[in-house]
Amino acid sequence: MNDIVQDLAGTVDAVCARHADPGEGWNPRLWDELERVGVTLLPVPEERGGAGADLATTAEVLRVLGRHAAAVPLAETALLAGWLLAEAGADVPSGPLTAALAGPDVALRQNAGGGWTLTGTLPRVPWARHAEGVAVLVDGRTAFVPRGGYEVGEGANLAGEPRDTVHLRDAAPAQVLASSATAQEFRERAALGRAALMAGAMETATDLAVRYAGERVQFGRPLARFQAVQQHLAEMAGETLLATVAAQAAAAEGTGFAIAAAKAAASEAAGTVCRLAHQVHGAIGFTDEHGLRHATTRLWAWRDECGNEAEWGEALGARAVDAGTGGLWPLITAGGDL
Amino acid sequence: MPALRLDAAALPPELDGLRRDVRAFLAGEIAAGRIVPHADNWLAGWDPAFSRRLGERGWIGMTFPPEYGGSGAGSLARFVVTEELLAAGAPVAAHWIADRQSGPSLLKFGTEEQRRAYLPGIARGETSFAIGMSEPDSGSDLASVRTKAERADGGWLVNGAKMWTSGAHVADAMIALVRTGPPGESRHEGLTQLIVDLRAPGLEIRPIRLLTGEHHFNEVVLTDVFVPDGRVLGTVGDGWRQVTGELAFERSGPERILSTFPLLAAVAGRLAERGADAADRARIGMVAARLWALRRMSLAVAARLAAGDAPAVEAAAVKDLGTRFEGALIETVRLLARVEPDLASSDPLAHLLAQSVLHSPGFTLRGGTNEILRGVVAKSLLPRGDAR
Repeated sequence: MNDIVQDLAGTVDAVCARHADPGEGWNPRLWDELERVGVTLLPVPEERGGAGADLATTAEVLRVLGRHAAAVPLAETALLAGWLLAEAGADVPSGPLTAALAGPDVALRQNAGGGWTLTGTLPRVPWARHAEGVAVLVDGRTAFVPRGGYEVGEGANLAGEPRDTVHLRDAAPAQVLASSATAQEFRERAALGRAALMAGAMETATDLAVRYAGERVQFGRPLARFQAVQQHLAEMAGETLLATVAAQAAAAEGTGFAIAAAKAAASEAAGTVCRLAHQVHGAIGFTDEHGLRHATTRLWAWRDECGNEAEWGEALGARAVDAGTGGLWPLITAGGDL
Repeated sequence: MPALRLDAAALPPELDGLRRDVRAFLAGEIAAGRIVPHADNWLAGWDPAFSRRLGERGWIGMTFPPEYGGSGAGSLARFVVTEELLAAGAPVAAHWIADRQSGPSLLKFGTEEQRRAYLPGIARGETSFAIGMSEPDSGSDLASVRTKAERADGGWLVNGAKMWTSGAHVADAMIALVRTGPPGESRHEGLTQLIVDLRAPGLEIRPIRLLTGEHHFNEVVLTDVFVPDGRVLGTVGDGWRQVTGELAFERSGPERILSTFPLLAAVAGRLAERGADAADRARIGMVAARLWALRRMSLAVAARLAAGDAPAVEAAAVKDLGTRFEGALIETVRLLARVEPDLASSDPLAHLLAQSVLHSPGFTLRGGTNEILRGVVAKSLLPRGDAR
């Protein structure tokens, strides 16, 4: 990681330390601060309103946000909606955005006057109720529907983060643009965002467990002096390191194989880290008065969002089987598209 | 901030050509029937002729400077060569220890005469080494070694026994950790590394057979074995520091991830023939994902080592995760392969499965048990004193 990225991550870490409140469902104050330091559209080209950063830098910032359980849709804005709009040649507005991949029941129609309407239902759209608009990838086009153009049925993931149903009833998109983005690219960018956030949340779960083990005294000594507990802490640290390096490597490579492997590895690691973090914390970590849940409930949600280890594993496995005995190792070292 | 720290690293693209060369060479070796892929072949595959062929190509001693017979290509080039050899299940045991740790230790702590005496032979694939660390009563607790060296005219007289010394019956020399003085309060004082000629008088090398009956391990009994002063490695009394430095080379390399890779490759081929359903694909894909991530971890440590850093704790974490993965891989492959493991089988999958299962207990024992490694990691996370 170069110094510029490290400095940026440090800045975002300081902003989050001051403003992040994981108990909040949506944190507009933190969003404003993140916009002020210029990270909400990190990978969007400068001419489209972004910072023109690479995926690796974006992933490092997301890792910091994951560490703080930041209640803002930065992954959706920076990696998905901002990308879809900029890629189709539109300027990206400020404010929190979200994005969705249209399913088969979503229809984009052009009427006689040349105007467009969008009809259908988008399930579990992250942060829809707080977003300034939703960018939908549909039939080779990006349709941007601003807030107010759709109805939101509120839903949430295990951490209480908004995962809303967006009802589009002859919605009139503000923009409909030809797009060369593919559904596969969309899924990969979404998965990369989650993988980076998860690495950060795993750091926090591990840090909290290490701290608690040093403080909590039982049988006359801190938990940290029990070798059985030490083994748990080390395993958590190892899994966290694995997820961190995997997310960084996937962001640097940006290929489907690497992203799929990183998300699958992170999703698998998350289960271990959550289980052990709670085991070390005992009953207190299982209560709503303890902050551990902000990390673990997110990890339990995020490991299944944007494809879990079985879903990405299946795609990787298809490549592995195609590669066969002689091709498997070259596949692991070279990766490439999925 | 996390106490463990690694940044993903990429291999320099100029090593792609080297990787292609190694792959082409290995394909030729396999096609010609000169080597047969085996699991755990960095322990089991002792093939001096193969090691010499690698040496001729400059693929041993890649971290040694040219004046000692090395290619000077560096540790990342070595990373590429070793992972290609391991993934192919090639028989690398004859040069493995010398190339990985004895050579680098000689380079770091050895005298000019010692370097010239050993390094060129190692790089040619002709000189092999064994590790003389463990003893009958010292396994993970290395500081408790009791093999003793006492001053003699012009050198040292060594008495004691070393255990689990892989390849001692065929290797040329052993770097032994011996006690030359009182242990002190830390128990880390008074230890010294000696280069012991394995053909020296007074040595008795007894086989300790694996549960398969294979002979790789030995007990090396030393009775008044004379080691000249010129074969003290580094500084008398500094053995602990030197040895713990050596462990960093030993802990995080591709061999801590890839010991059972040939089995995974074989089952991928079987699935290609038989057809794989969605559940099969998910299973093998999840293993591939974890392998990919572990390799990137190992590479991140290698990049730090190449930059002159010593990420000992991170290396311990990689070895803990990687060696457990080597075993977990077998469990997945079993469920996919649905063949009975059989060392005598002509089906390579059944054969590799048998080898992998029977060798698996060693993965999480050798080079420091995983419990010890996790202790090392935990102690680094906790404030000093909290862990004791």
